[in-house]
Amino acid sequence: MSSFIRPKQLAEALEVLSVGERTIIAGGTDFYPSRVGKPLNDDVLDITAIEGLRAIENRGDHMYIGARSTWTDLIRVDLPDWLDGMKLAAKEVGGVQIQNAATIVGNICNASPAADGVPGLLALDASIILASTSGERTLPISEFILGNRKTKRQPNEMVLGLTIPACKNGAKSTFLKLGARKYLVISIVMVSAVLETTDDGLVDRLRLSVGSCSEVACRLTEAERILVGRKVDTDLASIVVSDHLKPLSPIDDVRGTAAYRRDVSLTLVRRAITELVS
Amino acid sequence: MKITFNLNGNSVSTMSAPLTRLAQVLREDLGVTGTKVGCDAGDCGACTVLLDGEQVCACMVPLGQAEGREVTTVEGLTSNSNQLSELQRAFHECGAAQCGICTPGMLMAAADLLTHNKTPGEREILDALGGVLCRCTGYRNIINAIQQIISPKGVEFQNPDVGEAMGARALKTDGVQKVNGTEKFGADAGPSDALWVRAVRSPYANASFVLGTFDPLYSDWPGLVRVLTARDVPGKNAYGVYPDVNDQPAIADGEIRFRGETVLALVGDYASVYGIRDEDLPIKYEVRDEVYGFDAALSDGAHQIHSDYPGNILAHGYLKKGDVASGFDIADVVVENSFATGFVEHAYIEPEAGWARRVGDRLEMTVSTQSPYLDRDLVAQILGISNEAVRIIPTACGGGFGGKLDLGVHPLLGVAAWVLEKPVRATWTRIESMSASTKRHPSRITAKYACTNEGDLVAFEMTGDFDTGAYVSWGLTVKDRVPVHATGPYLVPNVEAKTRAVFTNGTPAGAFRGFGIPQAAIAHDNLMDRMAERVGMDPLEFRLKNAMRKGQETPTGQLLKYSAGLDQCLETLREPWKDARREADQYNSTMDGTKRLGVGVGCMWYGCGNTSMSNPSTMHVGLAADGTVTLYSGAQDIGQGTNTTMVQVAADALGIRMDQVDLVWGDTDLTADAGKSSASRQAYVSGRAAMLAGADLRRQILRLANVGNSASIKFAVGYLTVTDADTERLIDLSELKPDRLHGNVLVGEGVFDPPATPLDEMGQGNPYGTYAFGAQVTKVEVDTELGVVKVQHVWAAHDLGAAINPMQVEGQIHGGVAQGIGLALMEEYVPGRTENLHDYLIPTFGDIPPIDVYLIEDPEPTGPYGAKGIGEPALIPTPPAIFGAIYHATGAEITQAPATPDRVRAAILSAQGDGS
Repeated sequence: MSSFIRPKQLAEALEVLSVGERTIIAGGTDFYPSRVGKPLNDDVLDITAIEGLRAIENRGDHMYIGARSTWTDLIRVDLPDWLDGMKLAAKEVGGVQIQNAATIVGNICNASPAADGVPGLLALDASIILASTSGERTLPISEFILGNRKTKRQPNEMVLGLTIPACKNGAKSTFLKLGARKYLVISIVMVSAVLETTDDGLVDRLRLSVGSCSEVACRLTEAERILVGRKVDTDLASIVVSDHLKPLSPIDDVRGTAAYRRDVSLTLVRRAITELVS
Repeated sequence: MKITFNLNGNSVSTMSAPLTRLAQVLREDLGVTGTKVGCDAGDCGACTVLLDGEQVCACMVPLGQAEGREVTTVEGLTSNSNQLSELQRAFHECGAAQCGICTPGMLMAAADLLTHNKTPGEREILDALGGVLCRCTGYRNIINAIQQIISPKGVEFQNPDVGEAMGARALKTDGVQKVNGTEKFGADAGPSDALWVRAVRSPYANASFVLGTFDPLYSDWPGLVRVLTARDVPGKNAYGVYPDVNDQPAIADGEIRFRGETVLALVGDYASVYGIRDEDLPIKYEVRDEVYGFDAALSDGAHQIHSDYPGNILAHGYLKKGDVASGFDIADVVVENSFATGFVEHAYIEPEAGWARRVGDRLEMTVSTQSPYLDRDLVAQILGISNEAVRIIPTACGGGFGGKLDLGVHPLLGVAAWVLEKPVRATWTRIESMSASTKRHPSRITAKYACTNEGDLVAFEMTGDFDTGAYVSWGLTVKDRVPVHATGPYLVPNVEAKTRAVFTNGTPAGAFRGFGIPQAAIAHDNLMDRMAERVGMDPLEFRLKNAMRKGQETPTGQLLKYSAGLDQCLETLREPWKDARREADQYNSTMDGTKRLGVGVGCMWYGCGNTSMSNPSTMHVGLAADGTVTLYSGAQDIGQGTNTTMVQVAADALGIRMDQVDLVWGDTDLTADAGKSSASRQAYVSGRAAMLAGADLRRQILRLANVGNSASIKFAVGYLTVTDADTERLIDLSELKPDRLHGNVLVGEGVFDPPATPLDEMGQGNPYGTYAFGAQVTKVEVDTELGVVKVQHVWAAHDLGAAINPMQVEGQIHGGVAQGIGLALMEEYVPGRTENLHDYLIPTFGDIPPIDVYLIEDPEPTGPYGAKGIGEPALIPTPPAIFGAIYHATGAEITQAPATPDRVRAAILSAQGDGS
């Protein structure tokens, strides 16, 4: 028979993981859908009772999001402008029921190519904090997610939370999600953009990432490189051209063709930039 | 381990495993079934409850997380004195619940919203309820209901007096139970001691299989009572919707023709039948390449899906009127194109469910359905017993749209209950519901239309293929219905239409709101737009000029003597059309072209009732010795409101207030055959029968009182007072013998079979008693860079003869438009790929715009008080109107549904290429 453990203390959770592999549950919004009509016989570690994991905190040089924090928590908390993109992403996750239950960290750990949270966190250079009985380690999100439903989390580890390095004062971010209907939609393409501007109105950093167009959402590093030092005005978006989308490897599926995804990725990247400069 | 939580203010406990879904605990352990399960995957929101005051999907909450917390379900909204809450009342009074299956989830999401925000705007309402899907209402009346709470504007509904029920906005007779959580649907009714039946389904679409021994399985799983295979079917292991065509096995006998077909069934306790993994069963498949699509099915040497249908062709349909060749000869303008549509899923929020038991030599099945008598006869055939030995007791039906006309859980429930002589239940998962239930027929149509320079239609020709999937189901209806309606509702002297129904390894395609006509409408109305453009006429005026009118002949040669109000529909839409076109043109000329507006128009006609065949309804109205009047209605309410509309017409015909009429519905032991809730026939056919039954009882009472037709009757406990011009007579009902049907003292009977004649080999004849007509105008915004289409407004004018209940009718139109938007823009079922409600998309709250409804009442004399059907008509003009609007906005021609963003973008690029 399966076992269900819902500890209150982190130490207990890590101890349990050190003994044997378990499916970790928080919001359950990825766990249950993959088991429709199937037996619920996993050995489960439910982390929702662990004290201290539900926290979104501004820690000066970085923002901390605990493993238990939900999308609704993110929507409701007061955050600096450079996290607007993450708030927009939060509102695009499923419906309110999902936002109330699902966690940001769970979205990362599930590692779907269409995870709504990944492009934004990737653009923000978030890091993932993992813990086991042997200690903690931190990995950049770009290294943490290995592929479709694959991460670097070891079976004896759990994710405690993630950190986002603070952006410059006045930084702005946005998030665009393209889907075939309004709510409860899996994206065809997603774009996140984070703009930091120098005092004299030039691009200091403009980080861009695209989701649902590769196994793991990816950064447009070449575009980002070229944009540095450019004047922040309405012409900025047109500097990005289709060549800059080379890192993408979209596929044909029921939501759209690969060619279409490439085409609209460029449009959405430009729109995201235009939104940030206006 | 005992887990305790608070449920609606009371402490409850369960011994279930902590990983069990909270929804399952509520429903199965605690018997609180107001919370519905539509998908078990967070895709539909039907199971929405409040957990510590916040909405969550109870299907994704581990019971362990509920420990010590407060769970509120729909049952918790009603006050202790059983009074509806303000919110529930608003839903009831605004027609926000149709079938009612999504209603508890909607109410909980709305309750969450109103707790956190007392004055939400429309955007906030949409955001808060956006996680709940509804397939019936088109959402608009749900929004209205919530807005009523925020700022009451008064709700328009009536409790009609004697003789005033026809046409009244009467509240649903079954509306209260739909908003307070007490309504029983297919999965709500099973007894706790029932065994569970689970179908094991083929993961392959084209295969043979052999079964090994099940002995090890029985020893590993003591809770497994029986494995049922084809050999266990006591009667005929075949069924179908036509009496003479039975090709679909209850359990496959070694041959698999579609993915999701039943290979065997497991019967036992829940933990066992859902614990056994399919991989561990001794099934050996020999897999062949699947035959998907027309080209594969019709190619030389294609695998034969059924050996008795060579070439994979089920049947041909044909219609010929006049001489198309000479018509095209004299034409000034000829336009032609090809069109394609895919499988479309009904996506009712209630998956197929029910339970059955053997009672002596009879079988009783309580099941969600839209065709109780067809179910009865088919179950009897599968069990090898007489039709009368089967009793179907329908539950409330959580959406049908044609998908619950075919058998669902019935064959396995019937066989299991009969063979094991134990009560059994079954509830399909969403994945099963999507992979095993019927779909809309995919189509490929090539059509050619011609007119003169003056804009008079002269000839129409079409060939259409319809993919009926692995079994016949309603394939014969589609291939017959389409030629009749292929021209659209326009007068054309020369017509030739050829159709084929083609077998593939696709999911069986059956009945879905319109039986092929929505597919055909995409073709004919696209060509209408092209012709209008070529002759330089306004698209709406061109349609109006050619609209089929009273006194004219249809392509089958049927004279339209009465009720043909398309011209009135189009005239009604003329002003909104002109305004919207002008606004769109102005917008487009002033903006940068990234977003463009467009306005399109679509028209429809639809024969009410089954095509060229008898499809009678019989209704009874009984009067009991205590004065109780009861309508016995076999017209299954699937959300469209027959439990209300049948009462309305019967009440007026009898001369009684509708709220004095009791209703007994659906049960085949208690009600006569009123046919299927399909083909937009219930209002027209069963409505007429209900009216006749009421009139018959009235006649009997007047005869008893020996008074004339103008007399009025007062119904009281135990007696009647019949008042003529100058006399008043008392009838003591206790003096009459309660020896009529169901112990009544008097029973009125009404039978109506619409006047229809067979079609000859040229497709000529009178296939229907009457036709519904309609037209819709849609306004869309197209993001030309992304190909995203947003419908901004719909104006819908429908001639339905007479509206028995305008509130129900508006609901039908809203829902039809919503499904039309889905068909046009997002819905395509791909076997094995979109078997859930997150890969298969239906419209959500944010996808349905305001809908202005115009009811055109050109009375149909054979219908009840002039009424004809509206259920299917409402969907048919929406897709072509949307495609016309996309063309108006962008010049991009859409010939394939759904017009997903990638297809629209490709069409725009292609149109821009043509222009350069």
